[in-house]
Amino acid sequence: MSNLSRRKLITTGLTATAGASGLAAAARLADRYGLIPPDHGSIYGAGETLTYASQRLLTRHSLAREFPRSQISKPPFANGRPPKDEDFKRLQARGFADWRLTVDGMVARPASFSLGELRSYPSRSQITHLACEEGWSFIAEWTGVPLSHVLNIVGALPQARYVVYFSIQRRWWDSVDMADALHPQTLVTYGMNGGELPVGHGGPLRLRVPRQLGYKNVKYVTRLTVTDSLKEFGKGLGSAAPEGGYAWYAGI
Amino acid sequence: MADSAWVPRLASAVPSATNTPRHSAVVRVTHWITTLCFFALLVSGIEIVISHPRFYWGETGNVLTPSLFDLPIPASRSAVKTGYGFVLPDQNGWSRYLHFQAAWAAVLTGLLYAVSGLFTGHFQKNLLPAGADLSWRALSSVIANHLRFKPPGEGEAWSYNVLQRLTYLAVIFVLFPLVIWTGLAMSPAIASAFPAAVTVFGGQQSARTIHFFVSVFLVLFLLVHIVMVCLTGFRNRMRAMITGRAGAHKEHA
Repeated sequence: MSNLSRRKLITTGLTATAGASGLAAAARLADRYGLIPPDHGSIYGAGETLTYASQRLLTRHSLAREFPRSQISKPPFANGRPPKDEDFKRLQARGFADWRLTVDGMVARPASFSLGELRSYPSRSQITHLACEEGWSFIAEWTGVPLSHVLNIVGALPQARYVVYFSIQRRWWDSVDMADALHPQTLVTYGMNGGELPVGHGGPLRLRVPRQLGYKNVKYVTRLTVTDSLKEFGKGLGSAAPEGGYAWYAGI
Repeated sequence: MADSAWVPRLASAVPSATNTPRHSAVVRVTHWITTLCFFALLVSGIEIVISHPRFYWGETGNVLTPSLFDLPIPASRSAVKTGYGFVLPDQNGWSRYLHFQAAWAAVLTGLLYAVSGLFTGHFQKNLLPAGADLSWRALSSVIANHLRFKPPGEGEAWSYNVLQRLTYLAVIFVLFPLVIWTGLAMSPAIASAFPAAVTVFGGQQSARTIHFFVSVFLVLFLLVHIVMVCLTGFRNRMRAMITGRAGAHKEHA
């Protein structure tokens, strides 16, 4: 009997050790391949990591669905109110002629772009779905310059892992991994449904990440920072969303 | 003695409590993990619905478009005009985190249950109804017994009747897969990789609406399930699902 329980104890111990080291090895591997989200530390970290990792493995290069022109929602619903800050009002009064998008961080040539410069680059228009985490949605045509093109101009360094983007509204900032940053449908958006991007929809400049929910599509973008780590930004959770209780990855 | 050959047969048909458990360990463990996940999904799901208690059909829907139907409840966001003069506190953050974490736990538990059920013959033995039980005569007599609240016979402590079998099969192989599928169809990333998973429902808002109705059916199943457990002997049924031992005595329900 004592032999049996000793054997049982040894087997259990070995299994536990193998399991723990296997898990540690899996975690290291997952981290190397960018499968662990920055907000993995909470009690919901397991679910978030499973979602993010499985979607990165299954949907890294998939294209968001594009719709025929007939499916564009009329009129599109604009959520939230335009910024009340003095900075924004001053820029708006001059037709956003002085609006700048600065790009810094892990780039060879930090730069600052005017709206005119962004419009002069090769543009892309796509009719995609925007879904809010609340449950509502609409379809619109979005026009802008692919973020990957902007990153090419500034020369993002090979060790870059995330692009952090900031709104003129200080409480709004977010980040995407390079899979989304370099994705052809991720647009620095300045146009909507054939016209300029309305202020209600984030004009003059909004980052559109069509494979993620609405709140990842930050409005009034003024700055992009390329980085290899999100630890230095805010509370280190990747964006303002997890600081407010929401998931960093919103591909759901 | 005419009975001598008969009694031992009965004894082996109703195994003694110490040998064969009423429910296998896998069934019991997965049952209770699923219970926990279901409550987490239900509470968080209600919280998420409260932020926009309007439902649509097709690809899109928002407060500027007509809805299929509105739930007559206040909302947690001011964008939705519900007719109530107040806005409920927004609890979507943790609700969404919890919803997806519980969904993962439920799906992985369900996979364990399904794979083990296939290997052990659980589905064939305990859930697939016998052909004879599916005749109209057999079915109507079981339904009549239920409607008369006739307490189950001794044998039913060890086996499911045909209505239970059909209900469990529908929940396990229709409602659960459908609620998972419609949930995934609401994901913009999944929709990008598997567009057909969305278009088969007619769009992401249709998937959301179906997700809601399947959840309602699952809650209805749960209510009937709990009522039946209480009516047929709460203590014995709970003991069978916790320890695996079925009641030795005839139940007085």
